[in-house]
Formats: sequence, structure tokens, C-alpha cells
Amino acid sequence: MPAPKNNARTPAAEQAPALRITNFKEVALGYTEEEVKAEASRCLQCKNQPCVGGCPVGVPIPQMMAAVRDGNFAEAYRLISTANALPAISGRVCPQETQCEAKCLRGRMGEPVAIGRVERFVADWAMQNNVTNLETAPKKDKRVAIVGSGPAGLTCAGQLAKMGYGVTVFEALHTAGGVLSYGIPEFRLPKAIVRKEVANLEKMGVEIECNTVIGKTLSVDELLEDGYDAVFIGSGAGLPSMMRIPGEALIGVYTANEFLTRINLMGAYREDSHTPVLKSKKTAVIGGGNVAMDAARCARRLGAEVCIAYRRGEEELPARREEVHHAKEEGIQFELLTAPLEILGDENGRVRALRCIRMELGEPDASGRRRPVQIPGSEFELEVDTVISAIGTSPNPLIVRTTPGLETTRHGAVVAEEETGKTSREGVYAGGDIASGAATVILAMGAGKRAAAAIDEYLSAK
Amino acid sequence: MRKKYEIVRKAALNPTTGDISVYAPRIAAKAKAGQFIILRVTEDGERIPLTVAGCADDCVRVIYQKVGRTTLELDELQEGDCLHDFVGPLGTPTEIEGVRRAVVVGGGLGCAITMPIAKALKEAGAEVDLIIGFRTKDLIILQDEMKAACTRLHICTDDGSYGYSGFGTGKLQELLDADPAYDRAYAVGPLPMMKAVTKTCSAHGVKTIVSMNPIMIDGTGMCGGCRVTVGGETKFACVDGPDFDGELVDFDEAMARNSTYRAFEAEQREAHVCRMGGMQ
Repeated sequence: MPAPKNNARTPAAEQAPALRITNFKEVALGYTEEEVKAEASRCLQCKNQPCVGGCPVGVPIPQMMAAVRDGNFAEAYRLISTANALPAISGRVCPQETQCEAKCLRGRMGEPVAIGRVERFVADWAMQNNVTNLETAPKKDKRVAIVGSGPAGLTCAGQLAKMGYGVTVFEALHTAGGVLSYGIPEFRLPKAIVRKEVANLEKMGVEIECNTVIGKTLSVDELLEDGYDAVFIGSGAGLPSMMRIPGEALIGVYTANEFLTRINLMGAYREDSHTPVLKSKKTAVIGGGNVAMDAARCARRLGAEVCIAYRRGEEELPARREEVHHAKEEGIQFELLTAPLEILGDENGRVRALRCIRMELGEPDASGRRRPVQIPGSEFELEVDTVISAIGTSPNPLIVRTTPGLETTRHGAVVAEEETGKTSREGVYAGGDIASGAATVILAMGAGKRAAAAIDEYLSAK
Repeated sequence: MRKKYEIVRKAALNPTTGDISVYAPRIAAKAKAGQFIILRVTEDGERIPLTVAGCADDCVRVIYQKVGRTTLELDELQEGDCLHDFVGPLGTPTEIEGVRRAVVVGGGLGCAITMPIAKALKEAGAEVDLIIGFRTKDLIILQDEMKAACTRLHICTDDGSYGYSGFGTGKLQELLDADPAYDRAYAVGPLPMMKAVTKTCSAHGVKTIVSMNPIMIDGTGMCGGCRVTVGGETKFACVDGPDFDGELVDFDEAMARNSTYRAFEAEQREAHVCRMGGMQ
């Protein structure tokens, strides 16, 4: 197939909206071999590789594109895996449009190369053909403990295992993956993919201990006393912020974390699930980020009519544009410039409505975004039986409370050097949401990778 | 060689209450009175929180009531079988520091759970009155162990078939009337009972610590499902509790929240009982 002359990217198949709201199967179906080669041919092979600079883990994108273009998928996988321990995951959930794809020269004249879709194809192809890159350096006699098996922890573990370190990952839940398992829904990131990426790490010698809460079962200091030479904390921002409005304790009010955990981790969307989730006719989701979109789209699939209430406008929605687009296709309503005031209950303590107020945008606030201001007298009620709050999370305090000498910000995040993940404690590193506050999977992966390099440097000198 | 999360010992305390010791050395080394674990029986099982009843020989003891699908499935396991998951110790330990004289009140399954609290208080040198209430004499459990865990044991039965005739709060009222100089009261059991104990103690100026038992998933502060309103503030029972000052707890709200999945729970229990019936 000749390289496309036009400036549009090769389309990729998706499950049709009317069908996909009846199931939890993956929405994006991915490229075929022909499609992926055509798309990779669009890469201009820029000498200065601006896309690589836009990638938090530095995947050698033009080289990968050349290999894909030539149909050499195994080589493409090898190239990705040198830089990225979890390509099947990042290919699906990375906000490429603000990272590598934002820097793509093609984007100046038309659509940038669909780097994410190509990455996903290569990673899936490797999984289907049992192609792996599990080579590790000769075994070193030093061990590293990783706290949390989310994107930061898994990436750090993979990098250190490659270098030959003994690595143990401690996970509080019964399944590895962190937010990849409990947060991001099956239709965006199939759990089988997460399990396979984790299994690959295990094949590299990484040990994963589930059901172990660092800060409770063991402390960071005990890990250091138990023979671990360094510790990486990647425990995430797992503490949901509450809206602090009346009615939050009513039956039918969920934090997005609880709602998503019931569905994704515990499988409450399945008929035979042991774990329940309330059946809803009409759900309101508060917030405008990716988590809000995930919660809304899960609720839709469970049969509810869903609206998203967000206090700023469409332009300001923090979610990926693709997620907003998908949500709209699925019939999710957007109540923009709308803030919740109170959740109203019936005589049984169950949600019956959400009282809201319209907002308008005023002067820019500290975040640089225009501050939403209430419009007096514009209060109204949304008749709903379920309210899901997706307004953000803060760092989980369990580790900080039990690790003396670990410096934190006033928001409870662990203070860690941007480039190395170094904390105020010797031999203790941190990265991902526990250090930066809630962000994206790929930023956490980047932090895990940089910390692995810094840990290697520290242990090599020790 | 013991296996991970192996049930090393199992006993039936009465027709609805089981008592197991689970091999989990790290948890056994750490767990203190008032803390809990979360377990799953099977690979797709629900995560349920249960209070730690004691620790010995690398094992964590858990006492459970067969009330739902998961506890019924748990009860089908025998010695030598393993739980799928077992994690802890979660929550903060019960505060016993500085308490010289205490009254501990347990109702229902709470009777078993009061035992480690009474024991910890006694070991710390406090004088402990332990009040436990059962419906009738045949349901009384762990009498000898409870007796050893406290200074004075007061058993109550609703029908008067043994000990004090009436609810535990009646006996509590009696003790408070005789001498209200308790530093602290502790209540563990159903929400209405903890609410009643708090009210009774409050009238005598005695502070009551209650152990909340909300619906929970992860137990580490991640899901926020276990929130309770304490003194007008939202608290997460799994990390801020499960113990709270009873006078500040919104019990009515907690009771409503605990009924969230009642229909689902009844369905699950029935389906389980039917399946079991079909097997016999």
C-alpha cells in the first residue's frame, strides 16, 4: 500500500456507540496490519525527532515507525520495549494528543501520525505472537522494594529488573495494576492486557506481593531493615476528595473511586458478580476529567441515563478530547458551567435529585484557567437517583504517616526531585501521583523510569 | 509447612457463629485490638472486613457470623483450606492509653470483638467490666475466654435464661448507677446498640468509643465508601477509624448507609442457601 498522500490519519475501527453501550468490551478495535503500515508510512522521519521529546519515557518513535512501515513488527516491539515497559497500556491510555502527537510535524499541515494507535498495534501483535523482550542484565546482589503496582511502580520495577536488580512489588489490593486495574474501565483498557504486562514483569524475575499494605502490614523502614537496599514509593493519589456539599452521605452517592472499583476491580458489571453496584435510572457525574468520563461511560453501560455536570465550559474540560467525544457518542449529556450545591434525598435516605447552579467564567485563577463564578438565581434541580463525585483525589496518607523523616508538601504529597524521584530519606524514592498529585498514567511511568535510573546510580555507588 | 492464608483452626461457637485462625504471620505480628482485616474467600469473591479477634502462633483469629453469601462460603472452608486473600491489619488500634477503669459492652457478634479490647485494657493495668448480651443462653459463646479477658464479666440474656435478664444497656445502667467513675466506655456491636450505649454513658458523663462497621471495599482510604459523619465531618472508617467518639457519630445516617445493598444481599444469601440445599 503506498503512503497516503493526504493529511488525514488512517481511521481505526471502533465498536458502534449503540452497540458498545450494551457491553464492556473495548471500544477502539485497533489497526489491521495494512492499516498500521499505511499509518506508519505517514511518519516523516524527522532528523531531530520532536515526537521523542514529547514522550515522557522517550520511546524511539521514528525508528519504530520505520520498522512498522517495513512490516518488521518484532523489531518495532524491541525498539519500544527498550524505553517502555508497558506499551500495550500506554498505547491505549496515553494522552498522545498533548505529548508525542502534539510535536509531530505532520500536525502542522493536517493530522499528526497516530503514534498511540501504532504503538498499541505493535504491543498487541507482540502479545499475540508471544514476542517478548525479557532480557535482563546479570543478576546483581541488591534488592529494591517497590510500593504500589500502578503505572509508576510497574515501570520502575521493569527497569530495575532489566538492570539485574532483585525487585519486589508490594500491592495493597488483591490484584496488581493499581489504577490500571481498579480505575480505568475494561472498555478502555482490558484487564487481560494489564495481566499480561504484569506477567511479563514476573517472567523477568519481578516478585509481586499482593495483599500487603505498606504503612500497615509493613513499614518503609521495615523494608529497609529486611534487606531491601532502596525503596520506591508509587502508591498513588488514592484518597478521594469529597465535594463538601450537603447530602454526600445519602444512598446513591459514590466517589468515582468507589464506583469504578466496584465495576472494574470487583466486576460488578457482570451478572454473577458477588459485589453489588446500585442500579440507576439516571446518574449525574460531577467533574470533567478522564475519571468523570470513565464513571459516566460505566454508568451508561449499566443502563442509566447519564449527565456530566462540570463547573467550567467545554474548552476547559480536563479530559482527553477523545474521551469527551466517546462520551457524547454514547449519549451522555453535558451540563457545562454547572456546579452542584446539594444532593437531595427521599424519606429513605436515597438520592432523588441534585440541586445545581449555573456558572459563568470570570478572571483567570491561580491555575491560569478562568475562574467559574455562580450566577445568582440560576439554581435548578437535576432529577437523578445516583450521584458520582469525580472531582479529584489527594495522596494516600498511609505511608507518609508511618515513615518518619519523609518530607511532604502541605497537600500531603511526598516531596521528590523531579529528575530522580529522590526524597528526603536516603535510599527512598517516590514518583507518580503520590509525588505529583493526580496526573496521567504516562507521567507516572516517566517518573518510575527516571527513579529507576537514579536508584541504579545510588546502588552502584553504594 | 503452613500455606499462605491457611485456616489452621476452625470451631463453631454456636449455630450461626464461626471462629477461625488464619496463617498470616506478618499481620499476626502487627495487629492490635480494634483493627480489622479484609478477606476474600474465592477468586471472584467479595472483599469483606472482619475485626481481628486475637493473634497467636503466626495466625490471626477471626470470628464471624454467617449472615451473607461470603460468610456462608467462608464457613464451608475447613481446616487446611486456604482463603484467597487476607490483608491487614487495617484501621487504627483502639486507644487504651491512660484508661484505668473501663466498661466494655458487646452485643451480637460484637461480644467476640470486645474480647481483644477488654484484654488489651486489662493487660495495660485497667480494671475492666465486660458486658456481653445474647438473645438466649444457648447462644452464649467464649464464656471462659471472656472471663479471663476482664476483671468482671456480666453476661446478659434478652430472655433471662442466663445471667442478667434484659439488654446489655440495662446492665450498663445498673453499673453506672452504682459507680459512674469510668474513664471510658467501649461499645462494639449493631449500630442501634452502640447508639444506646453511647446515650446511656453520656448521661453519666462517660465518653464512649464505638467501633463502626460500614460497607467497605479496599480498606486503605481509596474508595471512600466507608465514610461516616463524625462531628459534622466526613471521616473514612478504614483509615480514620473504625473507632470514633460515639457522641459525635451520626448513627442514623450510618444505619441508612448500611442498608444500601440490602436487597442484593438477601438475593445473594438466598441463592447461596439454595445451591447448598441442592447439593445435599
